[in-house]
Amino acid sequence: MSEFPQTAVRPLVLSVHRLACRRGERLLFEGLDFALGEGDVVWLRGRNGRGKTSLLRVLAALSPPSEGEVRFAGESLSAARAVAGAGTLFLAHANALKDDLSAAEALAFLARLHGQDDDAESIEQALRRLGVHGRRNAAVRTLSQGQRRRVALARLALAPAKGLWLLDEPYDALDVEGCAIVDGLLHEHAQQGGAVLLTSHLPLSEGAPRWRELVLPEPVSRRNAAAPRGLS
Amino acid sequence: MLVAVVARDLRLAARRRIDALLPLAFFTIGVSLFPFGIGPETQTLRQVAPGVIWVNALLAAMLSVSQLFAGDHADGSLDQMLASGHSPVALAVAKALAHWLLTGAPLVLATPVFALLFDVDGASTLMLVITLLMGTPVMSLLGALGAALTLGLRSAGVLLIIIILPLCVPVIIFGVGAVQAAEAGLGADGHLSLLGALLIATAVGAPVATAAALRIATE
Repeated sequence: MSEFPQTAVRPLVLSVHRLACRRGERLLFEGLDFALGEGDVVWLRGRNGRGKTSLLRVLAALSPPSEGEVRFAGESLSAARAVAGAGTLFLAHANALKDDLSAAEALAFLARLHGQDDDAESIEQALRRLGVHGRRNAAVRTLSQGQRRRVALARLALAPAKGLWLLDEPYDALDVEGCAIVDGLLHEHAQQGGAVLLTSHLPLSEGAPRWRELVLPEPVSRRNAAAPRGLS
Repeated sequence: MLVAVVARDLRLAARRRIDALLPLAFFTIGVSLFPFGIGPETQTLRQVAPGVIWVNALLAAMLSVSQLFAGDHADGSLDQMLASGHSPVALAVAKALAHWLLTGAPLVLATPVFALLFDVDGASTLMLVITLLMGTPVMSLLGALGAALTLGLRSAGVLLIIIILPLCVPVIIFGVGAVQAAEAGLGADGHLSLLGALLIATAVGAPVATAAALRIATE
């Protein structure tokens, strides 16, 4: 783990203030404060069921936070509008690939949906980058888990993929070579001034860009004024 | 967004032709069985034809609607569509439109053939097609709403039928009413106006409600 220098002086991509999240009656976390600047890579950590995925879903405008505020690019932009401006790329644990489509078709649909390049050449290049180019015409149904993950991750290699990346277990099901490809994409993204918030149940490899850790705080009683701050 | 989702759903249906043809097969079998049950009395058949065709169209449309969002919900596509920044209302419209193109439209096209089976005359057949053309989109829109409301629930199929079928009753009443009026040589304008009003109201209201239900289901 390395402390990232001077987050404050670089332009903010995302800042979160006193965020709380509930699932039904259960409080997942509260009083979460953190900020992501351009070029930041943050590894979101926390025990199973602590709310890592829930946090990503809040930031992806899929569910509203129960408390607190999310600011994009320093402005009090709603998450929905930040997403609409193609400022956020959310890659969930599920691959969102349709079994009956071919790998290229499934990727092209996602690209089109998110306003990324969806022409045949871009799709082919993205799949080539992820090393699944040879299976581009195969039905998603016939791909292995790792290959499916690679097709889903190919969205990261499609332009434009600027801004904030929210990646839920991107290394899941990938082999060593696949992890290295993802690390390469993260490096490029960070160098271009993008920010990444990712979860991973395995420790990040040496090849990953310099990262910070964000540990989701254990929920404390609601009356406890001194809620733990999130950033390590 | 709208075009992309509709095109994808049609393509997915083309990859699973047997599944896609199920509503039409159900409609065909249901409608064809009635003459056997009722008997070869031409007068009776002609009388029950509009009702039989309408009810079977409704049941056929309901057959496939419960799966409208379930697949996308299970594989994460729904999350991606909602997280894309496009309006969820557009998504609701696109899914309902795709459903209508895959079930409602074939049913409307097949109706003249079945009208022949029941010895319905030309003017009534035309009225039957017109009313189904107005009524089946209402079923798809309401069906999409029901599918979104019951998304992720365990007995979604049963709940969906309980919620949606009563809402479809007015469509059947005015649809059949228009055909019977045409058969009797009376003007069907009143029934058609009400059917049109139902279509407009559903087209405006249902997608908004569907979008809200999808938001809640994926929250």
